[in-house]
Amino acid sequence: MTEFFAYFQFPFVRYALIVGTLIALCSSLLGVTLVLRRFSFIGDGLSHVAFGAMAVAAIVGITNEMLLAMPVTIVCAVLLLKSGRNAKIKGDAAVAMISVGALAIGYLLMNVFPTSSNVSADVCTTLFGSMSILTLTNFEVWLCAGISVAVVVIYTIFYNKIFAVTFDESFSKATGVKSDAYNLVIAIVTAIVIVLAMKLVGSLLISALIIFPALSAMRVFKNFLSVTIASAVISVVCSITGILASILLKTPVGPTIVIADIVTFAGFFLAGMIKGAKRV
Amino acid sequence: MALLTCENLSLGYENNVVVKDLSFQVDAGDYLAIVGENGSGKSTLMKTVLGLIKPLFGKITFGEGLKKNEIGYLPQQTVVQKDFPASVWEVVLSGCLSKMGMRPFYSKEEKRLARENMRKMGVTSFEKRSYKELSGGQQQRVLLARALCATEKLILLDEPVSGLDPKVTAEMYETIKELNDGGTAIIMISHDVGAAIKYANKILHVAGNVFFGSTDEYLQSAAGKRFLAVTEEKYD
Ligand SMILES: Nc1ncnc2c1ncn2[C@@H]1O[C@H](COP(=O)(O)OP(=O)(O)O)[C@@H](O)[C@H]1O
Ligand SMILES: [Mg+2]
Repeated sequence: MTEFFAYFQFPFVRYALIVGTLIALCSSLLGVTLVLRRFSFIGDGLSHVAFGAMAVAAIVGITNEMLLAMPVTIVCAVLLLKSGRNAKIKGDAAVAMISVGALAIGYLLMNVFPTSSNVSADVCTTLFGSMSILTLTNFEVWLCAGISVAVVVIYTIFYNKIFAVTFDESFSKATGVKSDAYNLVIAIVTAIVIVLAMKLVGSLLISALIIFPALSAMRVFKNFLSVTIASAVISVVCSITGILASILLKTPVGPTIVIADIVTFAGFFLAGMIKGAKRV
Repeated sequence: MALLTCENLSLGYENNVVVKDLSFQVDAGDYLAIVGENGSGKSTLMKTVLGLIKPLFGKITFGEGLKKNEIGYLPQQTVVQKDFPASVWEVVLSGCLSKMGMRPFYSKEEKRLARENMRKMGVTSFEKRSYKELSGGQQQRVLLARALCATEKLILLDEPVSGLDPKVTAEMYETIKELNDGGTAIIMISHDVGAAIKYANKILHVAGNVFFGSTDEYLQSAAGKRFLAVTEEKYD
């Protein structure tokens, strides 16, 4: 136990916890809307795009990969959102095309222009996250913190609009609400959160961070505000638990967090069933 | 000048024309029923009036100071809503959103309006309950309260009684009638020509040959007689 607390002496552990908490908070907020609009797959597609962009950034030699990955992912998010409404290319097919394409290009580039001697370790790190959350630089911590706070503020400001557009887009549009603009905000914020979350869990596991807390909360809570709050709390708790567990058990950070999310989901699933059974 | 005037409208999707050459107008206080077979383009017409779809041809004008964001709407239910976590209060209040502009949170006045409309529609007692756990009739009342938050001038209802049992259907029609008596103009899509004739003062029959006129004129028209004969058979 003393060994456990000794870890907090290290600034990198504290940084990891701060950044982990903030990213978990952002992704869970967004998760509620994405899950309810059946847009979860867009999160998945975007994470692959972010992977491709990260690979390109590494090769070109940009020191902070996020600076390239962020704008590229945002552009793709906007395009995907537009194509979702386009009858000519089916929305889900467009997502699949872009995401598989980005994955292939990213992996190919990493092999053709290796930046280190161990390519497969690099790829693995980008896909599943790494201990990189424990090796954050001061600048990265501040960048993550700044962006996360901005995301939370934007979400709060647009909360009522996001609810209305998510619940019933045609009613909102019909009564003159600028739902296209709010959809754009949602798409951009999604892209930002995904690029941030890559640091924490790697690109293949981001969807878990977005989807599980929202699904857990929806098992038990029945109104939008409580689902949003519960989802945020669940996500933060799971993320902290996961990071601490991974340090103690020497397991990879990303998967450990995701397992914490899965266990929580199972718990909420049971709780929801018991609650439902009581009511009948 | 009328609240809403539609002239020579052609409606449809891309190159697929659904309805041609539709003209009608709705004055303040009117109750217009839109009738017609399934797939004849009633919902398409409503979405076009709301600006969700562009008309292929023709003109839609709003009058008497009616602004685009002063139309209430009760859509045909979408799938997403079925398991959506939202309380009755959250749903009704969201009707005020169009009044909000860039302001992020609801004002006291908007909350008061939402509360008043919940009372009008008789849904105050379950304001904290989850929308998805309500019966079909209760859900429709909640959506009506939301529409009233958006406007008191003109409300468009797309099959407001579909899936409701006869008793709840009758109550729903009465509620809509009361709204209309209170001065709100109503445009309602309905399968039920009987109810349309009983409550509406104008009828628009969307079909091969379009009919628009007062309810009395409709009863005299060929289209009306034919449609009535069919529906009466069905109910016998
Ligand atoms: N989004 C759409 N894209 C293309 N065609 C559509 C779409 N929605 C409806 N239609 C077609 O338009 C016609 C009219 O549909 P609709 O207005 O829903 O009929 P109603 O409400 O009178 O039953 C139908 O033939 C339908 O197949
Ligand atoms: Mg219809």
